[in-house]
Amino acid sequence: MSGSKRQEKGMTLIVKTITRLTVGLILLYGIYILLHGHVSPGGGFAGGVIIALSFIHIMLAYGKETAFSKLSKAKASLLESLGAILFIAIGILGFTGGYFFFNFFTDKGEAFRLFSAGIIPLCNIAISMKVGAGLFTIFVILVLLKFKTGGKDPRQGS
Amino acid sequence: MILYILLILMIIGAIAAVQMKDLLSSIVTVGAVGLALSLAFLVLKAPDLAITQLVVEILCLIILIRATLKKDLPFSTTGRRFFNTLVAVVFVIVFLALGYFSLKDLPVFGHPIMEVGAFYVEQGLIETGATNLVASVILDFRAYDTLGEATILFTAVIGVMAIMRRIGRKKVGEEIKESDEWE
Amino acid sequence: MYLYFLCLILFIVGIYCILRKRNLIKIIIGIIIAEYAVNLFFALAGYRIDGRAPIYSQDQAIANMVDPLPQALVLTAIVIGLAVTAMMVAIAIRIYEKYGTFDITKIRKLHG
Repeated sequence: MSGSKRQEKGMTLIVKTITRLTVGLILLYGIYILLHGHVSPGGGFAGGVIIALSFIHIMLAYGKETAFSKLSKAKASLLESLGAILFIAIGILGFTGGYFFFNFFTDKGEAFRLFSAGIIPLCNIAISMKVGAGLFTIFVILVLLKFKTGGKDPRQGS
Repeated sequence: MILYILLILMIIGAIAAVQMKDLLSSIVTVGAVGLALSLAFLVLKAPDLAITQLVVEILCLIILIRATLKKDLPFSTTGRRFFNTLVAVVFVIVFLALGYFSLKDLPVFGHPIMEVGAFYVEQGLIETGATNLVASVILDFRAYDTLGEATILFTAVIGVMAIMRRIGRKKVGEEIKESDEWE
Repeated sequence: MYLYFLCLILFIVGIYCILRKRNLIKIIIGIIIAEYAVNLFFALAGYRIDGRAPIYSQDQAIANMVDPLPQALVLTAIVIGLAVTAMMVAIAIRIYEKYGTFDITKIRKLHG
């Protein structure tokens, strides 16, 4: 990999230009998939994975410093914890109506609209935050080891 | 008909992935099998599964390729190869026979028994207000499943962090920058 | 029936890979293939001939939808499979760093 050389971080100029043009569209598509999860195919899982893929795209093309300036460790940790707490809080708020995960909105709204279906869009947002931050964290941990020990370990001589 | 073509393609791809000598080619072939699976979901009228399988396949491929970078090794020729092959083949034959007899008792393809699903189809829009029935099932009727899934994902993140930590493995003369530490 | 049997053959390919191969990455690939087969089997079991996707639309009446329950179960299983794959890859990388090989027989010899 070209990440071992200090003067050129990331990949070539072509990859960087294409990344700069497309990464915003990928992030926007993920947000669309996640917000429309209750009226069309998609949902929290797919939207969260697409959002994580947009940050992974930046990291593969530009190197880790640029990606960490967009989404640092503290932000990723905060997002994941916030998603988990939001999901649990929605479940506990259901006790006002009788049981766990009760759909506590009395007015479900008109069908086929964006603001409808009670707690389902809120749950989608919580799950996408959790899935996106968690998968980005897994990828970063798996990649950072390569930056530190890749090729330097004498036992790895192939 | 197109389902038969996709399934045979998936089986050929899986056999190629298992038998290929090069690890990187094998992983790319698994990616092709996953994309065929995504198409099969689309034919089976499951668009949610198709989207999720597509993006998960891409991420899975990236993670697997990271595991094999510059670590391509030839296959081993040591060990009890004959005994191992014999056990595998006997198990495969027994499993195929048992599976054939048990699959005969399933309902015919295309006519499912929808005892629970009929309730979701009829009452889904009235009770939850969501027009996507899969979303209404996983986030309203069966939200406990999603809670367990979120717990498993959280456990996986913590597990990868614990496996990949650097404590006790620092070599002589190696420096660790604070910005590299994610633990 | 034949579709179920082809799906079983796909599962068998994964099981054979797990039992027969000596490479850790190959074993992970076998687990992934078996997981694909199980997901496909669930989706096949919920399919209905000439069915529609389980999403309401404004112009068509509610009729002849496929079963949404197996799709919901598989949607959860796909993400769990990704998490399990990431964890297996992490363990494999750790083993490679310690022993310098992916071969499970050599790992066993080095350990004793």
